[in-house]
Amino acid sequence: MQMVQELAEVDEIIAKYGGDKSAIIQVLLDIQREHRWLSKGVLKEVSQKLEVPLSQIYHLATFYKAFGLIPKGRHSVLVCLGTACQVRGAPRLLDKVIETLKIRPSETSADMRFSLDTVNCLGCCALGPVLVVDEEYHGKPSTKEIQEITTARE
Amino acid sequence: MPRLKSATDLERLKQEILARVDGKRIVSITNGTDGKTRHSEAVVQAFIDEVEKQGLADKVIVKSTGCHGFCEKEPSTVIFPEEICYVSLKPEDAPEIVSATLIENKIVDHLLYVDDDGNKIVHESEIPFYKYQSRIVFGNNRLIDPKNIEDYIALGGYTALARALLEMTPEQVLEEVKRANLRGRGGGGFPAGIKWETTRNAPGEIKYVIVNADEGDPGAYMDRSLLEGNPHSVLEGLIIGAYAIGSHQGFIYVRQEYPIAVQNLSVALEEARRYGLLGPDIFGSGFDFDVKVHRGAGAFVSGESSALMTAIEGRVGEPRPKYIRTAVSGIWERPSNLNNVETWATVPLIINKGAEWFTGIGTEGSKGTKIFSLVGKVNNTGLVEVPMGMTLREVIFDIGGGIPGGKKFKGVQTGGPSGGIIPESLLDTPVDFDELTKLGSMMGSGGMIVMDEDTCVVDVARYFLNFLAEESCGKCVPCREGIYQMLKILNRICEGEGREGDVEVLEEISEVVRDFSLCALGATAPNPVLSTIKYFRDEYEAHIKERRCPAGVCKALISYYIEPEKCQACLICLRNCPVGAIIGGKNLIHVIDQEKCTKCGTCFEVCPPRFDAVTRLSGAKVPEPALAGTEVARKRGEKNE
Repeated sequence: MQMVQELAEVDEIIAKYGGDKSAIIQVLLDIQREHRWLSKGVLKEVSQKLEVPLSQIYHLATFYKAFGLIPKGRHSVLVCLGTACQVRGAPRLLDKVIETLKIRPSETSADMRFSLDTVNCLGCCALGPVLVVDEEYHGKPSTKEIQEITTARE
Repeated sequence: MPRLKSATDLERLKQEILARVDGKRIVSITNGTDGKTRHSEAVVQAFIDEVEKQGLADKVIVKSTGCHGFCEKEPSTVIFPEEICYVSLKPEDAPEIVSATLIENKIVDHLLYVDDDGNKIVHESEIPFYKYQSRIVFGNNRLIDPKNIEDYIALGGYTALARALLEMTPEQVLEEVKRANLRGRGGGGFPAGIKWETTRNAPGEIKYVIVNADEGDPGAYMDRSLLEGNPHSVLEGLIIGAYAIGSHQGFIYVRQEYPIAVQNLSVALEEARRYGLLGPDIFGSGFDFDVKVHRGAGAFVSGESSALMTAIEGRVGEPRPKYIRTAVSGIWERPSNLNNVETWATVPLIINKGAEWFTGIGTEGSKGTKIFSLVGKVNNTGLVEVPMGMTLREVIFDIGGGIPGGKKFKGVQTGGPSGGIIPESLLDTPVDFDELTKLGSMMGSGGMIVMDEDTCVVDVARYFLNFLAEESCGKCVPCREGIYQMLKILNRICEGEGREGDVEVLEEISEVVRDFSLCALGATAPNPVLSTIKYFRDEYEAHIKERRCPAGVCKALISYYIEPEKCQACLICLRNCPVGAIIGGKNLIHVIDQEKCTKCGTCFEVCPPRFDAVTRLSGAKVPEPALAGTEVARKRGEKNE
């Protein structure tokens, strides 16, 4: 049932771009945003509707960082590793976050609560080092703030 | 508003808008990405509510704008016409500013910017951060609500387009840009006029113009702030360029990591279409043009021109050999002219003010201004627009306010992963395209990352190589394998396993990667390594020969140690240690168990400065610790915490 609904959403997104093959990256971005990952079924649907070979879609989905082929957790935790954050101690921040979440970058916890990722610059360097939890920004987070990632969330 | 059909329509609209806002005060509040991270949305709302509440709704305009530049102090506000500036605002500050400044014309002292000597500064232009800048491209951000095209028109927006379309031939526009010697702001510094001419003269009816807003350099965000804060300036430049080149379709390639830029840009395009500034027969000139937005899905290499164009076609954004330039054969093998955001935004200024005005700013080879993002270990983090030719010292110390915490300056990294680190001895170098290249770095898109004595340059070189190894598309061997091998060596050096001869091997591989890579990603990849070897060779040697990291960054080469004479057994480090590696207790001297210690540095950070008992050692043996269970020799008067 869920799959049927997901595919209907995919069709809607494709229609928004007028079925234009060259908009495939835009289509995949929209799906990624809606579903938080690209499932095999969804990619097959895109392949059929846009008449783009599945292998080519797989190439796109693995080349770009915005796409994920595994489901993401309910909460997203991002640590910025841009140069400004790097020189302001981002690696140490990342270590602490790994310690707290018990998962490594690009991993999702087994209970699907958290996904940890790193990013190469969010462009808010004045705050660095930056931690983003569910789109909430924390500049130079304290040990307490880091611990609250888990304690304050389901 | 009906479509603008002529220059007269545009002028009439401008006068209408100006009459509407005449005599009103403007409260301009920063609400770009940086501001939003500090709740600027709430600040804007608080001002709107308060202005309404205090009965000023018909006398004051509250404007939500993009970034003004001084990110460190955002959200901030500038009140026009006086240009009174308040910094680091919270929603609670709105009632006081409204009643004091807007009603009683008084200054709210405690919200002013305070300089290093403790002076409070009232006007924005007197703040040292702004005083030395010339914000010809970026300055309008302060007066523009990016979602309102009329703000841009009120400032004379789209008059350059009207002039180009109605009073100039495409050749004349092209000639003006060539005479201005506008060089590409994306990093390459290639003259825009010559590129335009190539596309114009290339065979084929259909041609494309493209805005490159795939700002991938970590630590650089001027393009984002320009697109977020003043999207119409970029769009106006693009339409003018399209006219000169003979293109009727444009693309804007913007990273999906910049959601506000994408959003503001989409609004700008819709508005421009509604006003007839995009679409058929612009200003009744007979010239048709429209634009599509393409969101980039996150790949550094896709910022390269041929890769970017492939991505727009809906394929994987990998570079191709450029025996034939993209200016001749780009998107769908048609002539395609690509310029960076800042380059396009500069075009309307050149058309309005003329090439002579533009060439009056800057150095011999690099004209005009450049926006830099000044970040890292610097007091005033932010976006800085200065004339080409200003020295690095002026940018970092006069505008940037120097290094925080009294630390010593070590180097400045320009040009992102393609650039190099410039040492203190070369701080008086004027910043322009050619001078920075001579030093083995480059201008790049404008990232300027300041590093102090606590930054390890070997670690920074490793950081960039790691970035590039991940971002290399893998299509050509020198880049894919060369960067990987260099990274392996750098990792080894940072892990304390460097070997004699490693530096020489790095230099050798660098040459191959530089000379034989397909695109600029590989060709410039060795820069961070070569420039650090050139200017900081002693640090490499210290890592390799003495197993010492002079900056105390490389974990494998450092240890933390609690000096028994200084430890006051305050328990702070003991409680904060994430791995429980500190042994001790109340009144018992604390000792780090070196076996357990993960060198996270927490104890070093939390030890109260008045005790200063934790030291970081590198290249030296950790002294025998005090015997566990030794009682502390407490100084008189010191209290346990």
